Amino acid sequence: MNEEIIIAGFGGQGVLSLGKILAYSGIMEGLEVSWFPSYGPEMRGGTANVTVILSDERISSPVLNVYDTAIIFNQQSLDKFEPKVKPGGLLIYDPNGITRHPERTDIDIYQIEATRTAANEFKNTKVLNMVALGGYLKVKPIVKMENVLKGLRKSLPERYHHLLPLNEQAIRRGMEIIKLYRKAEPVNA
Amino acid sequence: MAKVKHHNIPLDQIIKPENIVFKRTKLFTDNVLSYCPGCGHGVAHRLILEVLEEMGIADKTIGIAPVGCSVLAYEFMDIDMQEAAHGRAPALATGIKRTNPDKFVFAYQGDGDLAAIGTAETIHTANRGENITVIFINNGIYGMTGGQMAPTTIYGMKTSTTPYGRDPKQMGHPLKITEIVAQLPGTCYVTRQAVHTPALVRKAKKAIRKAFEYQKQNKGLSFVEIVSNCNSGWKMTPVQAVKWLEENMLPYYPLGDLKDIGLD
Amino acid sequence: MGEILLMKGNEALAEAIIRAGADAYFGYPITPQSEVMEYLAAAKPEERTGMVLLQAESELAAINMLYGAGATGKKVITSSSSPGISLMQEGISYMAGAEIPAVIVNVVRGGPGLGTIQPAQSDYFQATKGGGHGDYHLLVLAPNSVQEMADFVPLAFDLAFKYRNPVMILSDGLIGQMMEKVELFDPIPRWTDEYIREHHGSWATIGKTPDRERNIITSLDLVPERMEKHNLHLKEKYDQMEREEVRYEEISTEDAEYLFVAYGSSSRIAMKAVKLAREEGIKVGLLRPITLFPFPKKPLERLADQVKGILTVELSLGQMVEDVKLAVNCRIPVEHYGRVGGMIPTPEEVVEALKTKIINR
Repeated sequence: MNEEIIIAGFGGQGVLSLGKILAYSGIMEGLEVSWFPSYGPEMRGGTANVTVILSDERISSPVLNVYDTAIIFNQQSLDKFEPKVKPGGLLIYDPNGITRHPERTDIDIYQIEATRTAANEFKNTKVLNMVALGGYLKVKPIVKMENVLKGLRKSLPERYHHLLPLNEQAIRRGMEIIKLYRKAEPVNA
Repeated sequence: MAKVKHHNIPLDQIIKPENIVFKRTKLFTDNVLSYCPGCGHGVAHRLILEVLEEMGIADKTIGIAPVGCSVLAYEFMDIDMQEAAHGRAPALATGIKRTNPDKFVFAYQGDGDLAAIGTAETIHTANRGENITVIFINNGIYGMTGGQMAPTTIYGMKTSTTPYGRDPKQMGHPLKITEIVAQLPGTCYVTRQAVHTPALVRKAKKAIRKAFEYQKQNKGLSFVEIVSNCNSGWKMTPVQAVKWLEENMLPYYPLGDLKDIGLD
Repeated sequence: MGEILLMKGNEALAEAIIRAGADAYFGYPITPQSEVMEYLAAAKPEERTGMVLLQAESELAAINMLYGAGATGKKVITSSSSPGISLMQEGISYMAGAEIPAVIVNVVRGGPGLGTIQPAQSDYFQATKGGGHGDYHLLVLAPNSVQEMADFVPLAFDLAFKYRNPVMILSDGLIGQMMEKVELFDPIPRWTDEYIREHHGSWATIGKTPDRERNIITSLDLVPERMEKHNLHLKEKYDQMEREEVRYEEISTEDAEYLFVAYGSSSRIAMKAVKLAREEGIKVGLLRPITLFPFPKKPLERLADQVKGILTVELSLGQMVEDVKLAVNCRIPVEHYGRVGGMIPTPEEVVEALKTKIINR
């Protein structure tokens, strides 16, 4: 198993922490993991992205050019990373604020109303990343739920542990609401 | 046999233990001092070493030699010493004292070292209130490199880089760093002394002793400036240099305590 | 071994500093390694081990605090990034001359000048060829994972005291900022004053007792005959490092017809390039120097008999490539591929460079 993921959106959408929780979940699953963020002042108010790799082998490059999966939260990141998904790969995006939707036909594309669900159902936009995580795990169950919850517990500072149930609910809700946008077309031999 | 003419007492009757009034400072090494005759460094060295001996702390003391005429101070002091890069003695002292709080640490620095290239270290080490002692020799000139202008060179003073005298319009003003240091809350005792007369030597020794007593009580940084002469750099005889010091240096750098928060 | 955590390279380094029994960390903030001091400050090392943590007024002051404390036989460490390391070079030269053990971590960013805060490997010359004035070397360790960021701290202290020489951990913004799984080693107690007196009392300035001559820490000697002797003594240490401390890793070299040479973050990219190239049927291997000084010359000499050409991969315009060329001595083609200014090459780019610069040259 080797899963190479890019997660991208605005700073403040929880992109880096989504990556961190996923990576910690991978550790709990007994996998090798790496997490490499874009860093520096351009992140403040701008776009943030993080490359996460989960693998059952030693991880080579933590920086990649193409990805198995892209989890996308804004238009800029969609424009940038849609072409970088491997043929046959997976693109998950939050349609909130998206005006130009993905156009590729050789990858599986899913939509998840993460921002809307977090705001309307949970009254807490901060959990939008957990909604997306749930959606991703529904499509690619590479880590068992018990290990995701362990990873979540490890990632959150103890002073936020009272928010664990809320985060778990958000993950489970994400699993329910993710919907297929377009399945990859079969490749003609 | 040689005789002292006026009293007709034979010399062998004079040289007796009960007549000893001055002994060589024990903590001096056997190396011959490299300082010019008339220079204040040798006296300042002796005073520090006497204080360490009298306080019984030589085996717990680490000294730091600077860059300048006293770059080889460790050749003369029979204690553990470190040689610092130019201006960095207070940073070394900070490193030593922070990791060895039970030791006594002093930095011995000249005016170029302390008040020009090492100003940042001087100010910040004092401001942090490091429990160390700084001995600052101010002779208004760069002695070792051949008599160039120092930050403390006074108005109109001729040096090899101000051959027509220090002009504040071009070279700025003589820096009263000791007054600056005294303002910092991290310092406990800041004083300006001199060593060109026996009376002043006795006062300077008391000041150095007090500075180390402050260090013993962990009161913060203690700072002793010694206004000294550099007859070689000033191109004067030792006697002329002492006179010049009194008439020109001391009016700008008046002697006395600038700060003394009080020992327990 | 201890617990498994997900940590940034800089955080793992910081935690390892406390666990390695360091006596003091002196530093000054600079991106991309400010997490080191921030982590240490939050971890309350003064309570955990009694370690001293001090934010200095400059890198210049920080390195000289290392000088002072290191000269008393204490385990001292600092970290910085390229511009800050340049500022420390004066002190590092003095420490090499005065034979003071200490560890200096450089989380390299792009230069020259203020450059960029993004990763680079453009300080290789500075790290391996001295860096400051005078004839000297640092022993240089190049971690390529978060695990090694932690594990190299106690190793660096051991080597610093074995040779009484500053040791540099040459990392970069990529290794510093990335998170990986790390298994932390169990804490090593700080040395007692008695231990230091017994093991380092012959040179450390810990107070002259009547039973010994005074200890003097200096890099100065105005007598040329004595100064030459001192320089030759330093050279003997560097020669001993070349004999005893060369560390490297070989990946897929057994049947390799081509070779990548890369260290630190670029060795990770080269690892992936090895996989991608082999999927295309190109038999390429990787030699990863772990010590950059001493440089793994002998394994390179051996591999030069086996492979048809070498491509070095560096985040620089070509620095380590000079050492590879010296080791290979013109027997086979050696070329360099690098990106600079904070750009990171993709594994695909590296494979392409192997084809154009070596295979189809």
